[in-house]
Amino acid sequence: MPDITVGDEIPALELPPITRTTLALYAGASGDHNPVHIDIDFARKAGMPDVFAHGMLSMAYLGRMLTNWQPQVKLRKFSNRFAAITHLGDVITCQGRVVEIIERDGEFLGRCEIQAAKATGEQTLVGEALVAL
Amino acid sequence: MLDRSKIGHEFPSFTVDVEKGRLRFFAKAIGETNPIYTDESAAQAAGYPTIPAPPTYMFSIDLDGPELLPIIGLLDLDIGRVLHGSQEFDYLGQIYAGDSITQQCKIVDIYDKKGGALEFVVQESSYTNQNGELVGRARQTLVYRN
Repeated sequence: MPDITVGDEIPALELPPITRTTLALYAGASGDHNPVHIDIDFARKAGMPDVFAHGMLSMAYLGRMLTNWQPQVKLRKFSNRFAAITHLGDVITCQGRVVEIIERDGEFLGRCEIQAAKATGEQTLVGEALVAL
Repeated sequence: MLDRSKIGHEFPSFTVDVEKGRLRFFAKAIGETNPIYTDESAAQAAGYPTIPAPPTYMFSIDLDGPELLPIIGLLDLDIGRVLHGSQEFDYLGQIYAGDSITQQCKIVDIYDKKGGALEFVVQESSYTNQNGELVGRARQTLVYRN
């Protein structure tokens, strides 16, 4: 019996509020040193009110949700668009569900719709994942 | 307008060592609590040879090249006006601590919307390990606010 079926909800992952420390640690660990995420002076010169979160930080949170649910070796594809900027103080929740079972190259895969959203419900990342059954 | 003649441009390939300590730091920074991403014995107990790189780590390999974001210099971009539009990863294998990953990246498209107010740069990358196995591919769209 496959343990992935259409309609399954992926257990949600709720993150702590985004802080400047979160962004500093992610900048260092990820190698994304773009100053717009860590230097308020630079962010203001770029026309932003303050630093804001790396999109890839939230994608990494979505990745955590996926690998908490299924082992990473079953992940075949993972994609998203960045729909809105995540600001300091935002509380991000990752959610997803299995919407379809497809066959690709002789392998059955669960196609999952996934999203990250703020507490207001505004979506920040919208994407999908393909996970082997 | 960004230089459309750069469509098809291939950046110099480079090789990055995936270090265990760096993976632990990355796991900490994203709040990862699953011990397979920090503890080698937990990873082995779960059937992995050692600590795996998490699913988005390929993007950090991109950033570990000789030049941070070489697209900035090539297209003469102001980094403060660059946004990440979308990101896609395909997994053909796994990346583990101790691997040496060779990244190759090229520009596959540049286009604009809203009468040129927004321009889009699409790059594709591939990731090959020290055994010559293609372990992943990525496709990234950057948005440039003119």
